[in-house]
Amino acid sequence: MRDKELLIALNFVPKLGPVKIQSLVEEFKNYSEFLRAEPADLFQIPGIGKIMSGRIIEYRGKIDPDEEISKAKKLGIRIVTLLDDDYPEILKQIYDPPPVLYTKGDIACLNNQSIAIVGARKASNYGRNTANRFAKELASMTINIVSGMARGIDSYAHKGAIDASGPTTAVFGCGLDIVYPPENVNLMKKIIKCGCIVSSFPLGTQPIAANFPARNRIISGLSLGTLVIEAAERSGSLITADFALEQGREVFAIPGNIYSPYSRGTHKLIKQGAKLVENINDILDELYLDRFDIKKVNKESLESLSSIEESVFKIIDYQPLHIEQLINSSQRNSQELNAILTRLELKGHISALPGGYFVRN
Amino acid sequence: MLSKVKSCSIYGLESFLVDVEVDISNGLPAFDIVGLPDAAVKESRERVRAAIKNQNFNFPIKRITLNLAPADIKKEGPHFDLPIALGILAATEQMPVEILNEYAIIGELSLDGRTRPVNGVLPMAIEIKERELKGIIVPLENVEEAAVIKGIKVVGVSSLSEVVAYFNGELKISSHEIRNSHKKQIKTTYDGDFSEVKGQENLKRCLEIAAAGHHNAAMMGSPGSGKTMIARRIPTILPSMTFEESLELTKIYSISGLLSNHSGLIRKRPFRSPHHTISAVGMVGGGRIPKPGEITLAHHGVLFLDELPEFPRDVLELLRQPLEDEEITIARANATITYPSKFMMIGAMNPCPCGYYGNPFRECSCSPNQIHRYLSKISGPLMDRIDLQLEVAPVKFSDLEEPSATDSSTIKKRVEDARLMQLTRYRQHNIYCNSQLTPNLVHKYCGLDKTGKLLMKQAFYSMKLSARAHNKILKVARTIADLDGKQSIKDIHLAEALQYRNIDKYYQVIR
Repeated sequence: MRDKELLIALNFVPKLGPVKIQSLVEEFKNYSEFLRAEPADLFQIPGIGKIMSGRIIEYRGKIDPDEEISKAKKLGIRIVTLLDDDYPEILKQIYDPPPVLYTKGDIACLNNQSIAIVGARKASNYGRNTANRFAKELASMTINIVSGMARGIDSYAHKGAIDASGPTTAVFGCGLDIVYPPENVNLMKKIIKCGCIVSSFPLGTQPIAANFPARNRIISGLSLGTLVIEAAERSGSLITADFALEQGREVFAIPGNIYSPYSRGTHKLIKQGAKLVENINDILDELYLDRFDIKKVNKESLESLSSIEESVFKIIDYQPLHIEQLINSSQRNSQELNAILTRLELKGHISALPGGYFVRN
Repeated sequence: MLSKVKSCSIYGLESFLVDVEVDISNGLPAFDIVGLPDAAVKESRERVRAAIKNQNFNFPIKRITLNLAPADIKKEGPHFDLPIALGILAATEQMPVEILNEYAIIGELSLDGRTRPVNGVLPMAIEIKERELKGIIVPLENVEEAAVIKGIKVVGVSSLSEVVAYFNGELKISSHEIRNSHKKQIKTTYDGDFSEVKGQENLKRCLEIAAAGHHNAAMMGSPGSGKTMIARRIPTILPSMTFEESLELTKIYSISGLLSNHSGLIRKRPFRSPHHTISAVGMVGGGRIPKPGEITLAHHGVLFLDELPEFPRDVLELLRQPLEDEEITIARANATITYPSKFMMIGAMNPCPCGYYGNPFRECSCSPNQIHRYLSKISGPLMDRIDLQLEVAPVKFSDLEEPSATDSSTIKKRVEDARLMQLTRYRQHNIYCNSQLTPNLVHKYCGLDKTGKLLMKQAFYSMKLSARAHNKILKVARTIADLDGKQSIKDIHLAEALQYRNIDKYYQVIR
């Protein structure tokens, strides 16, 4: 029990990574020994320099692991360390597993096969729909969807999984007591119901930019493969993909329009050898998982359309089209067309986008 | 000697009769004006002195006391020059006194004794008719305006000596008559026409609905997509103004000094497009002596607010009450005045600060927070009063070549028919159009049939509508049914109305 406290305490020290924590733990065995250690003792440990040992001593006085545990308990947060049995097995396999995980919700879902879905915060409608659909389909096969609960693609991946009431996991780049971005507070509650939220950061840690690479490492580490949907040329999603490769996991990418700025990152990945994905079977095959019957889903949805509705539906594309274009190509007046569009929208075949655009779902 | 001349002054939109009393007595030469004159009235002393002299009359070197009765209401404006001059001439027996009492006299004088046009002649003519005076003497430039009122003699004069000659019986001036009687329907021509708007079929349909139900609307679209152009043409599809509406509008423009010379009744619906740097007073009216603001100048017409979110928040909030009550009451230390403000508000805005949000082919450079902040500049209560949200797409070249589109008069006919249906339906409720329906009346008049109810229910859940959006959609569906000439709202009307709920779409995607 004392060792868990040691891990929690060391996890507080800034710039002290998992590898160094590991060597410190091997040196001290338990918390009380660590409390008694002199600066000279710390200094001897390989990798711990003068500055770091000074910092460890400084933080040692401030931290009370017991207080952190009880604080977490009050918030319904469990602290899982590398020493615990339910620490996710898949994460242990990476080179530098985070020694401490703060979790909320059912962490059993981490034992499912997991796929990470990541992408740009500012995404196109194509990206958002794709994220939603892939997450929904994967989650319906009880595959756990891991993502970062950021705006854009991440949020839609979580939403997709929740729609299929499948498992999903959000990895935070801040303390679990902080919701970032704040508008996702309701999404977070749903994620906790369906799966869990995870963070390697102590409670109260703010979502500063430096935290996110560490978070991305956990996202890829928890998953068999990482699917990147829309990423800019230099972005966090590409960092996640790099981590996945380092950790020996698969990288998948969804192609996009070659002119779209949102496709640069994913196309770069594909050029480097990431697998191009068109449907979820491309992912499942690579991981030797059971296939998904895609045809069945598409077929049953079209049956409910009347002939007029179907003729309009045929004009609507996966590429957004403006209402004026639809008026032109359908040869109907705006009055009639608007009414048909509403019905198609209500039946869930198309979506109305801001700006007067319509797109197939 | 004492003389009395009748004139008028303006209070708010109304006019009241003023007696200009002149007393000339022996004593040290002086010229005093009492009876709450403001600066322009006080200055008329100098103009009158010079005008009398330069028209070869004698200005008495005596003690002149001038009273403007009733003495407890502020009087402003230079239109007292002519009555004051006539009062002095009458008091010094340079012209007959008695006949003066049958006329009201209005006019500004220039130093050489010629008359200049003044503001507010129409409401003054109305007052004179009500007081059953014989006629009105006005500067020549104002005759057209005064002649709108039938049953009084309208005499246009160009100089002080002309008036004197008229009263002396030396000069005959016949009452001015408008050539075209207002009873005949005069064809009003606007500068633009809907047929000039190429493409944009959906937008034109939306505006037809807006015009038919007098719904306020907001247009979203990137710069250069033609928002202003199409907004300018909205007055062309609104129903023709009735005589009463024209009269009311002309009164407003008359007192604001915006009536061009030689023009009678205004028959075109106004289109006002204030810049977003406008002050609160400029928008709703006010000032030390209250003057009508843009919302009153847009009475019976269109108030177009380009770049809606750029308007100061407090200015936009001021629109809420006038939009509801169709009038604005301005209370100042000097006066409390109510101006009518029954206008159709058309807003135009970009979807986000950079203008490309929602454009699938160009990246928007705004953060979600920026977009949210931009859209939320328009408060919920104001958004409540905007029933239709329209999307404007940039015009394509192929549209520009398109031969012709429906012209304004065809659309106007449909709009007028729909308005008539509304007018008959709401006769007992003292309202005239669908946009004025209160929640109670929405319930009463916007009932749905069974399929309609089912559609609404589906839409409510799957489109995540708010209660606010729900009522707006019903009102719009009511108008669509009226345009279709149907007494009950069918499901096709509702289905179409559901497409115009766009603001909710924006908010949902951002969240």
